[in-house]
Amino acid sequence: MTVPVKQHLIDPEICIRCHSCEEACPVDAITHDDNNVVVDFEACNFCMACIAPCPTGSIDNWRVVTEPYSLEEQFSWMELPPQETISTGVAGDSIEALEDEVERLLAEAHAGAGGHARAPESAAKPTVNLYSRDNPAVATVQGSYRLTSEESDSEVRHIILDLGRTVFPVLEGQSVGVLAPGTTDKGQPHGPRLYSVSSPRDGERPSTNNLSLTVKREDGGVCSNYLCDLKKGDQVKLTGPFGSTFLMPDDPGARIVMICTGTGSAPFRAFTMRRQRAVGAGDGGLTLFFGARSPEALPYFGPLKKVPEEMLTKHLVFSRLPDQPRRYVQDRMREQTAALAQVLTDPKAYIYVCGLKAMEDGVDEAFRSIAGETGLDWSALKAELRDSGRYHVETY
Amino acid sequence: MLTAGEVSYDTQIPNNVGLSGDRRVLKALERWHPGYIDWWKNLGPEGFQDRMVYLRTAVSVDPKGWARFDYVKMPEYRWGILLAPQVEGRTIPFGEHYGEPAWQEVPGEYRAMLRRLIVIQGDTEPASVEQQRHLGATAPSLYDLRNLFQVNVEEGRHLWAMVYLLHKYFGADGREEADGLLQRRSGSAEAPRMLGAFNEATPDWLSFFMFTYFTDRDGKMQLESLAQSGFDPLSRTCRFMLTEEAHHMFVGETGVGRTIQRTCEAMREAGIEDPSDIEAVRALGVIDLPTIQKKLNLHFSLSLDLFGAEVSTNAANAFNAGIKGRYQETKIDDDHRLLDATYPVSQLVDGRIETTEMPALSAINMRLRDDYIRDAAGGVRRWNAMIAKTGVAFEMTLPHEAFNRRIGVFAEAQVTPGGEVISPEAWDAQRNSWLPDGSDGAFIQSLMKAESEPGKYAGWIAPPKIGIDNKPGDFEYVKLHEA
Repeated sequence: MTVPVKQHLIDPEICIRCHSCEEACPVDAITHDDNNVVVDFEACNFCMACIAPCPTGSIDNWRVVTEPYSLEEQFSWMELPPQETISTGVAGDSIEALEDEVERLLAEAHAGAGGHARAPESAAKPTVNLYSRDNPAVATVQGSYRLTSEESDSEVRHIILDLGRTVFPVLEGQSVGVLAPGTTDKGQPHGPRLYSVSSPRDGERPSTNNLSLTVKREDGGVCSNYLCDLKKGDQVKLTGPFGSTFLMPDDPGARIVMICTGTGSAPFRAFTMRRQRAVGAGDGGLTLFFGARSPEALPYFGPLKKVPEEMLTKHLVFSRLPDQPRRYVQDRMREQTAALAQVLTDPKAYIYVCGLKAMEDGVDEAFRSIAGETGLDWSALKAELRDSGRYHVETY
Repeated sequence: MLTAGEVSYDTQIPNNVGLSGDRRVLKALERWHPGYIDWWKNLGPEGFQDRMVYLRTAVSVDPKGWARFDYVKMPEYRWGILLAPQVEGRTIPFGEHYGEPAWQEVPGEYRAMLRRLIVIQGDTEPASVEQQRHLGATAPSLYDLRNLFQVNVEEGRHLWAMVYLLHKYFGADGREEADGLLQRRSGSAEAPRMLGAFNEATPDWLSFFMFTYFTDRDGKMQLESLAQSGFDPLSRTCRFMLTEEAHHMFVGETGVGRTIQRTCEAMREAGIEDPSDIEAVRALGVIDLPTIQKKLNLHFSLSLDLFGAEVSTNAANAFNAGIKGRYQETKIDDDHRLLDATYPVSQLVDGRIETTEMPALSAINMRLRDDYIRDAAGGVRRWNAMIAKTGVAFEMTLPHEAFNRRIGVFAEAQVTPGGEVISPEAWDAQRNSWLPDGSDGAFIQSLMKAESEPGKYAGWIAPPKIGIDNKPGDFEYVKLHEA
């Protein structure tokens, strides 16, 4: 069977043929005839440089296809074809989800990598879209624990969801969609919200069929408040799993560098637990750069302290300590220039960045200067790392 | 290889041209700035100056940075001087200097010509803001109101772009010209704007949409030709302006499209089959298709006049000098000098319209106008597809290029939209079936009532298919009740 692929398309009914996207495309994947502006499937690398310049929004369309639409087909369109029905299952790493909405969320989250990311070669093959909005999985809340101190104004919770007898294969780094009950003020059901799973593939404890989420309560956030208010025994509707690139290498010799802020720590908790269970010490090594305002606001501060240093090199960085200058992950990264420069050139090293969009630029700049120290051009290097499955960004 | 153009905010004027290191130009611009703000407050959008508007601001010239959306009060908009990145090793792509390195300074022999082109382009930018200043009072939705203001602030930025070039490269003359750009007024008897179409009123929203579709498209073609210029700073300025111009095309195409859409829907709902039953259609509170066609005829013909005379020595000189190229010059496959080339030019010969081969060099304007017509026809095709989809039997058409012209070879002739030369008497008898008259204007005016509730649209226009910046339908694009 042909593996379905994701294709970037332009909606000819909304496009005004201004060719801004064509100008913005760094790889000349976009072209036009007298009728339509179209994207060449073979050339597009999902770098998303064309999205912001489009004045109409017509550029932001995606289809999962078994056979990509050719340029000629696209030239002839008066409107976009509907999404063909594609069965769920194991996917190649060009598909993160089979749902437009989720695909778009993930594309946005992964945009910081500067192009379409690839899964590490040794990563396990992910399953995507086993459950959809029409056919969700139902999980039961097994527990909900506050991770940040009561004094902290940031409430982050660790929520464990029991899947009972439901098959829900999820890998570290993948996300699940949560369907909050109720409707928007326009009467539409709420769209799914994505949460990165913070437990390893075999559950909170080995061989338990559950998963955990790390959720920060947001002011006015429909889904985060719903999740944070859940009590033991409540039922939750899940879709997914989603994501096919932000995955850890299974190679025990791989060296993993994780950079995060806040709830961006979720996948790294899963990565670390997986390593501990599957390999133990003597592996390729794990390094964590973790930024928060203070220890009280750092999710998993306690448990993290207990992970032995020979298993995980920890760099916890705080930006709001009394009488201390503000420090961010990128500051610590710069201090670690020698070690990180080595990482950049080690073919067995994998880098992951996860957290708020706002951290992206700082981290990127830090890597630029670290690369520069050894005479490397970060833009070129980043593309190379990304294409070989060794650089991953998931920000929101 | 592109060099990055970081935008710096260390002066009052955001820029990526290193203003803080250029005291002379910085000072000149700082002196010009208060006059600009006065102009904006007095002649920019009437009312709404202290309202929060959801606008996009360019914070850098790479694709990621030039569309940051946020609420801002218009007078506080960060008008900046932004040039597209310099292309290293760029050469002059046409004319007698073809292949020579692009100029970073103004070549002495072309100084006057360049200055004139920049001033003409610069004059159109504030002019359209002035023409559109009363429209806010009758916006059919907050979405449209926001789009109007986006167009306005970007025209303001385009004025800045031209003023920067004048200050930076043209010394005292440049400063004088920059002041002049704030002194002329659209429609003024004493000191009008330089081009005719920019002195016409924009009395209603359909006119605004037609203007952004047809007249701003002339702007796009002109900018595209100037983006080819051998004078590199002009080329880079225009290249970045084009990214913003695309939004103006969008407002025009979708504005006219949504008007047509609503009319067709209303006709279907009411079971009206005949589009020419104007009275019945108007009774539905929508603009009948024949009247939309008349508005199209008017704006299209006015816009064609902006291209100047078909055969022009000025245009030939500007091309030859490497100052202003052809549309998408670098994509044309020829010698880029036009030494022996010819181009078919329409002429009026003994009362008939004929095509004659002329030296391509002197037919530069004609060629750009042809490119424009091709470009403009695309949207008309899509409007027709939209009409066809609703099942209404009507097609919009572009009138003949000789119809209703004031400039060029057809200025003296009376020509029907179909291209037939007729007598002045016959023209007078039928004029009102081709061009809007007072009663058409009054009817359109009667529909212009502001709709200020988020997510609501006036009855004569359909909602857009998607929101700006992917916002939901009921997004509050302009906050009318809080400052």
